[in-house]
Amino acid sequence: MAKILMKGNEAIGEGAVRAGCRYFFGYPITPQSELPHYLAKRMPQVGGVYLQAESEVATINMVYGAAGAGARVMTSSSGPGISLMQEGISYVVGAELPCVIVNMMRGGPGLGNIAPAQSDYFQATRGGGHGDYRMIVLAPASVQEIIDLMQDAFDLADRYRNPVMLAGDGVLGQMMEPVELGEEKEVRIPPRPWAATGRTGGEKHLINSLYIVPEDLEKHNIRLAAKFAAMEKEEQRWEDYLAADAELVLVAFGTAARVCKAVVDRCRREGKAVGLIRPLTLWPFPVKAFQPLLATAAHFLTVEMSMGQMVEDVRLATRECRPVYFYGRCGGMLPVAGDVYAAVQKILAGGEAK
Amino acid sequence: MMQKVFTRPRTLKDVPTHYCPGCTHGIVHRLVAEAIDELNVFDRTIGVAPVGCSVFAYNYFDCDMYEASHGRAPAVATGIKRVLPDRVVFTYQGDGDLAAIGTGEVVHAAARGEKITVIFINNAIYAMTGGQMAPTTLIGQKTTTTPYGRDRELNGSPVKICEMLGVLDGAAYIARVSVHNPANVVKAKKAIKRAFEVQMAGHGFTLVEVLSACPTNWGLAPDEALRWLADNMVPYYPLGEYKAPEEI
Repeated sequence: MAKILMKGNEAIGEGAVRAGCRYFFGYPITPQSELPHYLAKRMPQVGGVYLQAESEVATINMVYGAAGAGARVMTSSSGPGISLMQEGISYVVGAELPCVIVNMMRGGPGLGNIAPAQSDYFQATRGGGHGDYRMIVLAPASVQEIIDLMQDAFDLADRYRNPVMLAGDGVLGQMMEPVELGEEKEVRIPPRPWAATGRTGGEKHLINSLYIVPEDLEKHNIRLAAKFAAMEKEEQRWEDYLAADAELVLVAFGTAARVCKAVVDRCRREGKAVGLIRPLTLWPFPVKAFQPLLATAAHFLTVEMSMGQMVEDVRLATRECRPVYFYGRCGGMLPVAGDVYAAVQKILAGGEAK
Repeated sequence: MMQKVFTRPRTLKDVPTHYCPGCTHGIVHRLVAEAIDELNVFDRTIGVAPVGCSVFAYNYFDCDMYEASHGRAPAVATGIKRVLPDRVVFTYQGDGDLAAIGTGEVVHAAARGEKITVIFINNAIYAMTGGQMAPTTLIGQKTTTTPYGRDRELNGSPVKICEMLGVLDGAAYIARVSVHNPANVVKAKKAIKRAFEVQMAGHGFTLVEVLSACPTNWGLAPDEALRWLADNMVPYYPLGEYKAPEEI
């Protein structure tokens, strides 16, 4: 099949439709607007529903209702809107409902701006809402990868009965790249025997996160923790780009990783052993990727579009037995390859403080 | 041969409730359950009960149920109904839930004409959390957060939901009823059943506000509470249909 040119935000929409998602609830916010625009057109064509809510607070609760009724459902937003959804996300986890939440990250805190950023990493990976919970966070770095990951996002949500977040940024959402959509596959959505759809002759079903008796809530939390442990064991994903023999390993995701790849290429041309680990899952963080590197790499340099959030996970993953440096741009500014290259040079020359 | 002339509705479970003595939640639960039984939709009804005294409504209604976050039941019901348009969906919300934290959700569910039925319990107080002022608390009414009585200057005036929602085009049936005496209980039942019928006919959003008693947090005996409701709430919150489709 021929490649077509697609915007990242539109690719999320098409990827969702191809993954069998037929319900989208959203509220306008920049820089993810092309996604609701796309689905407002596309959903009616496939017998689905696009509904614009009155707020992100309402949106995530519509998702809760639709997911509980057995639908493949998603919503999308950016920083401030995702903040408003946090209570609802906590309820979705508590009630064990599958859904996909897209965050096309922008600069914060507060109103910040509408330019691309990665500063919602903590919120995404630490559970911005209340209570003991986790969710898988996928971080694509190209439009093609967005298409490919959307199917996985819905499947993982179903497998664990837990929300999955797709974390992109304004650059990924806005840029156009050629993509291969592939054949439209018949989507098999797993049965949902737990859904509350009206009893229709069967047992009563309840969608709920309330366990008023402490003994019961503790049991519920322990059961959820077992799911999260399984995710940590089974779902770590990353791309290893020339990291195996690298003296210095860059660590970056999404748009920042694209910049870092260019830096790796330049270093390799110059004979410098530099590589990249690109986490595809921000949670579970790909700790497994770092274990073999502790024997080979002398330094790690984390590059983020924030003041340094993922760097904490890199320090944990390397157990701090190698120096972990940080380089970041924020507020909607992008790391420039030349500057990252300069930071790499400094570390290799032994001149960079940790 | 004895004939059984009165029994528990199918839609209600045979369990004791946690409600206080003299609380009217039990009456309203029964009216909703009777309406569902009489319309023969028990098997395809889905209820949503958010945070409040009735958060455990799922223990009493035997149909499929959702517990929802505070104020968001109309959004949850929207998600359900959009996925399952042939089901009957109702929410059961208190006044703090619907008329304060959840105002946005109920207004926009009504504006969109969501084909759901909202049962709105107005007892002029936050009961579960210990008797604080609700948006519906009357001027002068003492609560734990208005110990000198609700002051118009400080707290503003009570919110009249039926009057507000009645002006929206998406609202198909809006009524206010009371359960302070048997005659009004009968009227309340009629309104609740009618709301479900209007939902099922696909006319749009439906809501029944039920003026209810909270003896515990009002600090009154159950019979005094019912008199207080009739004497104080009914004059401020006039009973009747605020909107109804002609053909039903």
